[in-house]
Amino acid sequence: MAVLLQATNLVKRFGDVAAVNGVSFGLEAGTCFGLLGPNGAGKTTTLEMLEGIADADEGEILYRGKPVGAEFRNDAGIMFQTTALQDYMTVREALEMFGSFYPRTTPMAELIETCALSEFLDRDSRKLSGGQRQRLLLAIALVNDPQVVFLDEPTTGLDPQARHNLWALVKRIRAQGKTILLTTHYMEEAYELCDEIAIMDHGKIITRGSPKALLAEHFDEVVLQLPRADILGDPDELPLPVTVHGDTVEILSRDINTTIRTLLDHDVSLAGLQIRPRTLEDLFLALTGEALRA
Amino acid sequence: MNWHRFLAVLKARNREFIRDRSALGWNVMFPLLIVAGFAFAFSGKPMDLYKVGVYAADPVQKLASLRETQAFFRTDYIQFIPVTGLASAITKVERHQLDMLFDLDRQRYWVNRDSPKGYILERVLRGADTVADTTNSPTGGFQRQTVTGREIRYVEWLIPGILAMNMMFSALFGVGYVIVRYRKSGVLRRLQATPLTALEFLSAQVVSRLWLIIAITSGIYAGANLFIDFSMFGSYLLLLLVFTLGAISLISLGLLVAARIASEELAGGILNVLSWPMMFLSGVWFSLEGTPPLIQKLALLFPLTHIIDAARAVMIDGAGLAGISTQLIVLTLMSAIFLLLGAVLFRWK
Repeated sequence: MAVLLQATNLVKRFGDVAAVNGVSFGLEAGTCFGLLGPNGAGKTTTLEMLEGIADADEGEILYRGKPVGAEFRNDAGIMFQTTALQDYMTVREALEMFGSFYPRTTPMAELIETCALSEFLDRDSRKLSGGQRQRLLLAIALVNDPQVVFLDEPTTGLDPQARHNLWALVKRIRAQGKTILLTTHYMEEAYELCDEIAIMDHGKIITRGSPKALLAEHFDEVVLQLPRADILGDPDELPLPVTVHGDTVEILSRDINTTIRTLLDHDVSLAGLQIRPRTLEDLFLALTGEALRA
Repeated sequence: MNWHRFLAVLKARNREFIRDRSALGWNVMFPLLIVAGFAFAFSGKPMDLYKVGVYAADPVQKLASLRETQAFFRTDYIQFIPVTGLASAITKVERHQLDMLFDLDRQRYWVNRDSPKGYILERVLRGADTVADTTNSPTGGFQRQTVTGREIRYVEWLIPGILAMNMMFSALFGVGYVIVRYRKSGVLRRLQATPLTALEFLSAQVVSRLWLIIAITSGIYAGANLFIDFSMFGSYLLLLLVFTLGAISLISLGLLVAARIASEELAGGILNVLSWPMMFLSGVWFSLEGTPPLIQKLALLFPLTHIIDAARAVMIDGAGLAGISTQLIVLTLMSAIFLLLGAVLFRWK
């Protein structure tokens, strides 16, 4: 697939701190690319440089093989992490105003249908729920029928139902052939939506690839989870790679049968046993040695 | 400049203002309060200049008889106020609440030696019934000449200043403060992500506030004229030109202040630092004649000074375009400089 947007060696400093320090990646047309990492990793700053909102101190950004210019604004749809609209503006009026800024627009009916806005079109945008507001902001990002859609932590602060609704919308947009660049610190979100991810920490990309490929590359074991109370003695005395997380004990295993036999030999109850595959959260922990600072 | 985008922002700003009932209500109420205040303060006969207390057993009857015999008690613009307690009345003279006090029964009077008004009243009292101690005539030899003409009351002199001052507050706070609020809340950041240019955005803010200021100023003018019937000797079109240019210069100044600030508190402080000296040094309430030359030169730095000078020249002196050309040129230059600086310094974030 052709690379639509290419970032090469991007650097952005704030005083002595390099918020982004040599980030490079290409965004292939029609895919969803995820930038993952904890708060302060440099995701949003990277995104702002790609959006043209912030200037890079070093590095180059090419759109369709050419340096990003003013016309890129017409092809880009942006959903900020936090956005305010003018007061006393209804959903319909907000869509009309933003639509009038662009030479090419998505038909209003299509926008309303895609983002499920019909129920509150004439409502003051300040009176929307969190999920409704995010749908409106997504619609504004799509108002110019963009080629590239930037979504900066679109589900932060939403309840699980609203988050899943927004995921469904993002999938619809991707199915329409849009290219999406998404930042998130929810690994589950990245796994659900992204064709490719890059994990950032301290301003650098520490690994990238498809979620499944990354997990396969780094892990060949599963995780057995048990309630701490089901182990009579000290969990650390088990002849297994054990980690205690509060009331839960996690055991890494390449051979489930052997591990279970060992547990039974040590009179461990399996009533509360759960088995899960390794996740991107585990990958981040393995790569950085620290948990996500969500 | 893309007019489609400009009009979209203009429409949105107008809609926001009109739907904000508290702001709209205040912008309508404030002029009404000003008009009501003027009507109350300046309608009716001219106010007396001096207050003289009159103490006697029957002050009203005594005063009436004195008016027949002594010219001083028939002098215009002196208000004679019957008082009942001599001691409390003397205290009022001490505190300059009364300019003079008469005890008609005992043929005594009191003045405060520190009171300029008391001094003048005493001179009037001494000279009202006698020939002055000059050699040839009571006027010291000066020949009396007369002119006729309609009186220019203080209120007529004041009206252009009040209109301009109201414009100033509306322009500085209505634009500067709003843009800082937009920046702080992230509205500007979202707009920055669109093809909308800073020039289009700022121009829409200027035009949106301009029509509002002109409409409100016209309302105050019409309302005040209804109650006070003040003079207008010049051209209404010229006055509109003065106020339009003046409003643009003040709005541009508001934009300049708001170019980069993201704190409403800081913006409020700076706008106050600008508006209060302008209010007192631009000649809204009193003429700068007789003030130190440095103050007069400092006042020329303020757009409000030029607006008021030009408006007074048109309304009171009937000046034409040539008569106010200097002020118009200065206001145009100030508008251009403020707008240019504001646009160059403007930051969305």
